[in-house]
Amino acid sequence: MLEPELKLLYRINAQSWKDINVDVNHKVESRLKLKFLELELKLLHCLLTFTKQNVIEFDPLHINPNFSISVTVSNHMMEVCNCIEPQWPADELLMKYQYISDFFIAVAYFSIPLELIYFVKKSAVFPYRWVLVQFGAFIVLCGATHLINLWTFTTHSRTVALVMTTAKVLTAVVSCATALMLVHIIPDLLSVKTRELFLKNKAAELDREMGLIRTQEETGRHVRMLTHEIRSTLDRHTILKTTLVELGRTLALEECALWMPTRTGLELQLSYTLRQQHPVEYTVPIQLPVINQVFGTSRAVKISPNSPVARLRPVSGKYLLGEVVAVRVPLLHLSNFQINDWPELSTKRYALMVLMLPSDSARQWHVHELELVEVVADQVAVALSHAAILEESMRARDLLMEQNVALDIARREAETAIRARNDFLAVMNHEMRTPMHAIIALSSLLQETELTPEQRLMVETVLKSSSLLATLMNDVLDLSRLEDGSLQLELGTFNLHTLFREVLNLIKPIAVVKKLPITLNLAPDLPEFVVGDEKRLMQIILNIVGNAVKFSKQGSISVTALVTKSDNRAPPDFFVVPTGSHFYLRVKVKDLGAGINPQDIPKLFTKFAQTQSLATRSSGGSGLGLAISKRFVNLMEGNIWIESEGVGKGCTAIFDVKLAISNESKQSGIPKVPANPQHVNFAGLKVLVMDENGVSRMVTKGLLVHLGCEVTTVSSNEECLRVVSHEHRVVFMDVCTPGVENYQIALRIHEKFTKRHQRPLLVALTGNTDKSTKEKCMSFGLDGVLLKPVSLDNMRNVLSDLLEHRVLYEAM
Amino acid sequence: MDAHVAQLQMQYRNYILSLYQQGFLDDQFTELKSLQDDGTPDFVAEVLSLFFDDCVKLVGNMARALDQTGTVDFSQVGANVHQLKGSSSSVGAKRVKGLCINFKELCEAKNYEGCVRCLQQVDIEYKTLKAKLQDMFNLEKQIVQAGGIVPQVDIN
Repeated sequence: MLEPELKLLYRINAQSWKDINVDVNHKVESRLKLKFLELELKLLHCLLTFTKQNVIEFDPLHINPNFSISVTVSNHMMEVCNCIEPQWPADELLMKYQYISDFFIAVAYFSIPLELIYFVKKSAVFPYRWVLVQFGAFIVLCGATHLINLWTFTTHSRTVALVMTTAKVLTAVVSCATALMLVHIIPDLLSVKTRELFLKNKAAELDREMGLIRTQEETGRHVRMLTHEIRSTLDRHTILKTTLVELGRTLALEECALWMPTRTGLELQLSYTLRQQHPVEYTVPIQLPVINQVFGTSRAVKISPNSPVARLRPVSGKYLLGEVVAVRVPLLHLSNFQINDWPELSTKRYALMVLMLPSDSARQWHVHELELVEVVADQVAVALSHAAILEESMRARDLLMEQNVALDIARREAETAIRARNDFLAVMNHEMRTPMHAIIALSSLLQETELTPEQRLMVETVLKSSSLLATLMNDVLDLSRLEDGSLQLELGTFNLHTLFREVLNLIKPIAVVKKLPITLNLAPDLPEFVVGDEKRLMQIILNIVGNAVKFSKQGSISVTALVTKSDNRAPPDFFVVPTGSHFYLRVKVKDLGAGINPQDIPKLFTKFAQTQSLATRSSGGSGLGLAISKRFVNLMEGNIWIESEGVGKGCTAIFDVKLAISNESKQSGIPKVPANPQHVNFAGLKVLVMDENGVSRMVTKGLLVHLGCEVTTVSSNEECLRVVSHEHRVVFMDVCTPGVENYQIALRIHEKFTKRHQRPLLVALTGNTDKSTKEKCMSFGLDGVLLKPVSLDNMRNVLSDLLEHRVLYEAM
Repeated sequence: MDAHVAQLQMQYRNYILSLYQQGFLDDQFTELKSLQDDGTPDFVAEVLSLFFDDCVKLVGNMARALDQTGTVDFSQVGANVHQLKGSSSSVGAKRVKGLCINFKELCEAKNYEGCVRCLQQVDIEYKTLKAKLQDMFNLEKQIVQAGGIVPQVDIN
């Protein structure tokens, strides 16, 4: 044990060092005591340092004895503790501050990694955990360093210093490593940050765009919905009302109004509004500049809320009227629809749609809303035009229906009238004809009896009058039927030449009495057998010729019949074109009688018109004759007209009618129309051929045999008479040889066979076929005439016709 | 053999056509031919032979009638001519028929010289025709013997 004396050096207020002796009273046996001593010293130190009056500095190894503190220190322990003294005195203020700062730094430094760990653990993504660890270590060590620093403010043992040093070294290492690492890491981290920023920007942008698209889609949806609503109806009012309602709803408008042009087109009238139930009759002139501006463009135009079209409700002191937009709505009419320029509107009739945003809201019209409004305006225009078209068509249909009903009624009335008339006519006709018939018949009979001259005169008058009346009735009935169109021609085959001759025969008595010679000229190419309405044709000719006779006092009458061709003179509006087996028969009746004033000619054919003066009226006639004739001629697809040079110069009546050539006729030059070969096969037909000429006989026989007939030949009349029997169906007799005896045979055969059905048909074979021959044949009772030499086809046709009709007159 | 038949047929055809073109025959002859069929294979020949016999007889009659010294019975001649005309027209002997028509007029005109001349012409004519038709028949026979069929000649 050492017992050194402790010397303490002290100094007050920086005076010179003094030393004091410190008695060491006790032996410090334990370190603890030494520590306590140290602490006491330190305390003393502290106490001393707190006095402001004196600055007492201690040499660390010495203690100030001024304060009558007896401190005894053993110094050997101090040497053993191996302590390191702080550089600075422990009770300096600065030191104190440093101490506290270090403490807080340490605390902070320890908490940072904790925070880091906590938050990293929380975050899902952190790519640099290694760095974090490093950084954490670095911070922790720094904290540790500062923490350990706390101990170094006072005297501390060497271990503390060692620890401190270790900590510092480690810290240095880690921090350098970290620094080096950060050189690599920080750019990455920064770039991550940049990318993050970029992505954030992008996201923001996309958000914006999406917002835009959404708004557009919204707009589109609204438009579609609006359109659907608007076009789901065809009623004009509903369309407009719906438009306003939907627009108001979609765009959340305060007010929506539609101004329609008035009829005059000079003003716009408020027709529909959204909120106000019954708009007041409110018009604005159409020529306002604002209206012109809106009408001038198809876009929606923002207008001032104070313009007359926007001032719809009383201004009730609102601060800020909402923005107003106006758009034109084209009003189209049917006449506007021209195929090629649909977008160009040829008429400038527009309606004005005014839309107002709610007042006192800061809302503004967005572009997409304006577009919506424009689209809606177009759709409204289309819908309106559709409604207009529908209205038109409905109206037209109603009109048509009315007309149909009216027509139906009229038709029924007409039918009833016609039926009534027909019934009347039929009944009256029958009723009238019966007594008439009785009158005529009995009068005729009476005429035959013995009468006195006066009686005879009376009876004649009665007869004449009743005949006239009968004719009148017939005419009237005929005419009425003609006018109905219910008259039909009765077609049949007849002999045209005979017809003319008959007519002439009928007229001849009267003409002879009046000393009017009548001549008939038939053209040589006039067909003989024709198909047509014989009775009515006769009626026509009779009428015309009768008229000629009636109205001629002197002169002659000529009747000409010919086949007309298209180059003949005809009324300019009528062309004759012979078609096929048809031809046009032209009949000209020329008389040199009274003549007709050319101005009266058109009246001739009208019913009941008479052109003669009363004096000549006695010639009778109802005036219907020509009218009826004209109708008949028209029915026969022909034409009738009268030419006259004037009164007293006679007149010519001409008519054309269409007739068909009969199949039964055969003419040279006209292609043979083969008749229906009914008896093509004359198998076993028994015929007799009589011919003096052997060669002819043989040829004829050969012909008939070829046709299948059973032929017997005779060469003389007597033989013929002997041989002929009822078994022979046809007898062909040659009548060429001059003389009349040939025909006697026919008479004989007629005598032989009294019963008609037993008698064979008689056909004459002759070399010349002029009229006289034919007439002779006819007069001798022959059934047919054949021209020699007979061809096979001829024979065949003739036979079949003969057997079918039992009569044949072959044209030459 | 076929070539021979064809040649004969061609010859026949040309011959017939020439007869028509020269006016010896007319349509009636065609008709006559058409009447000939399997049932009557010799119809034409028969008719023609009858005709030529008739010719001989009638010409003879007429010659005798015209030869008469004194008054010539023109009516008789006329009747014969009429017969001949009828016959010739029945068979289609065109020239003969034409001559007959002339002859008839001459008879009616009682033209003696004309009649005589005409008769001579008729005589010549019918004999010529007879010869020609004989050739035609020979040709037909040759064709048949050569194994071919007699062609139908279409005049038109």
